[in-house]
Amino acid sequence: MTEDRLRAAVAAGVLGSEEGHVALLQSVVEVARAIFKARASSIFLLDEETDELVFEAVSGEGSDRLVGTRFPSSKGLAGWVLVTRQPLVLEDVTGDARFARDLAEQTGYVPKGLMAAPLLHGERALGVLEVLDRPESSKFTLAESDLLGLFANQAALALDLLLAARRARSVLEEGAGEDAVVARLAAALFHLEGDERAAGLRLLEALTETLGRK
Amino acid sequence: MALVEAHEELPAWSLPAAAVEGISLSADWPERVDREWAWGGSTGANVRVCILDSGVESGHPLVGDLEGAVAVSFGEDGDPVVEEDSEGDLCGHGTACAGIVRALAPDCGLYSARVLGAGYTGSGRVLLAGLRWAVEQGFEVVNMSLSTTKQELAVLLHELADSAYFRRSVLVASAHNMPVDSYPWRFSSVISVGSHEGTDPLQFFYNPSPPVEFFARGLDVEIAWLGGATIRASGNSFATPHIAGICALILGKHPELTPFQLKSVLHLTATNVAPTA
Repeated sequence: MTEDRLRAAVAAGVLGSEEGHVALLQSVVEVARAIFKARASSIFLLDEETDELVFEAVSGEGSDRLVGTRFPSSKGLAGWVLVTRQPLVLEDVTGDARFARDLAEQTGYVPKGLMAAPLLHGERALGVLEVLDRPESSKFTLAESDLLGLFANQAALALDLLLAARRARSVLEEGAGEDAVVARLAAALFHLEGDERAAGLRLLEALTETLGRK
Repeated sequence: MALVEAHEELPAWSLPAAAVEGISLSADWPERVDREWAWGGSTGANVRVCILDSGVESGHPLVGDLEGAVAVSFGEDGDPVVEEDSEGDLCGHGTACAGIVRALAPDCGLYSARVLGAGYTGSGRVLLAGLRWAVEQGFEVVNMSLSTTKQELAVLLHELADSAYFRRSVLVASAHNMPVDSYPWRFSSVISVGSHEGTDPLQFFYNPSPPVEFFARGLDVEIAWLGGATIRASGNSFATPHIAGICALILGKHPELTPFQLKSVLHLTATNVAPTA
């Protein structure tokens, strides 16, 4: 095991579970939906290998069935927002049959209104945040546009963490089993507190000393 | 030293005394540039506006006929391919931008260069190839309601934007309202546009604190959409074609203006700069 792999293994252990990052994304869509009083909100992750957008978190309409479903990044408004990096707000979209069909394929229902913003981290576009069906009576304002941008920024940070955790984990999965042992050890130590942690560290130091003698 | 003949191209780095007369230009500027001087009576005739976007639905009631439409992609050999586009608009956005330009400059010639539809991978290279094509065609106005965050493309985009500037193609580009570095709107050789909250399509503001230079109508705009439909939409990408349309009006009346002069006219006729009538 090279030192780099060892570090990756330890990092994978410390980064925590994927569930934790997914829960963070879920929390972003739930807060976005609540703040905008919307019917649904979703985060799409770009899968660069297949050039597809994948539902990574859904709140509201479709939350029970959409996570994990995917569609080509060349399709629909989410694809447009991803490619052009431009946020977009559309209302009264039901008049357009083709658009409605595309959206229905993506979400399982046809919304009347849609807000979408790219999830940007550095120079990378990681995915798209969508908020569907704000209350019809409210006219869109620049303040809401800023709010959408803030949520998108938060979602991008969460998505970047999730991707980092998956990358670290894939290093383990592709490698020999011994990496995973080190990662589990690092994770176990990381989750200890107080006296237990101190005892764990003493034990590890003793182990390191013993192993180092050989 | 030989005198520079009137038809001879001047060297780019110097101006011999004898050549000064050869570049004498019309100074037909009024004492105070106002909107009447800038575009009064203009319909944008003889100005070609290229919509670099998702394609445009030709024949849409708010768009009318296109003068031309191409799709940009990459061939198997890795070279860019620009071919006639029969697919129209893939998502509605380009049609929306075209409709806004048409509403302001009804007699301009509209062209579509579709740089979307190939998915995310390679989209930056397609955008670059599409812009290069548009600059080579010499369109007087190019509407770019899009941007990229890829640093490796920024240098090439910058060169293209400067090239357009010197060839009298005005690039009108959407600014970002998110805290990221994106291009080409940040370049000084383009006209960058953000949104204000007003409802007048001819209301626009000059921003004394760039990089965003102008704010135009971008909220709750009725726009053309797929299948002859109209919808209401918001975003800087709809503010941008408002300025592109106003540029077409100005150039329709004053075709001799270079991009920097055009930007000065926009500044002088901006709602927060122009004298109240």
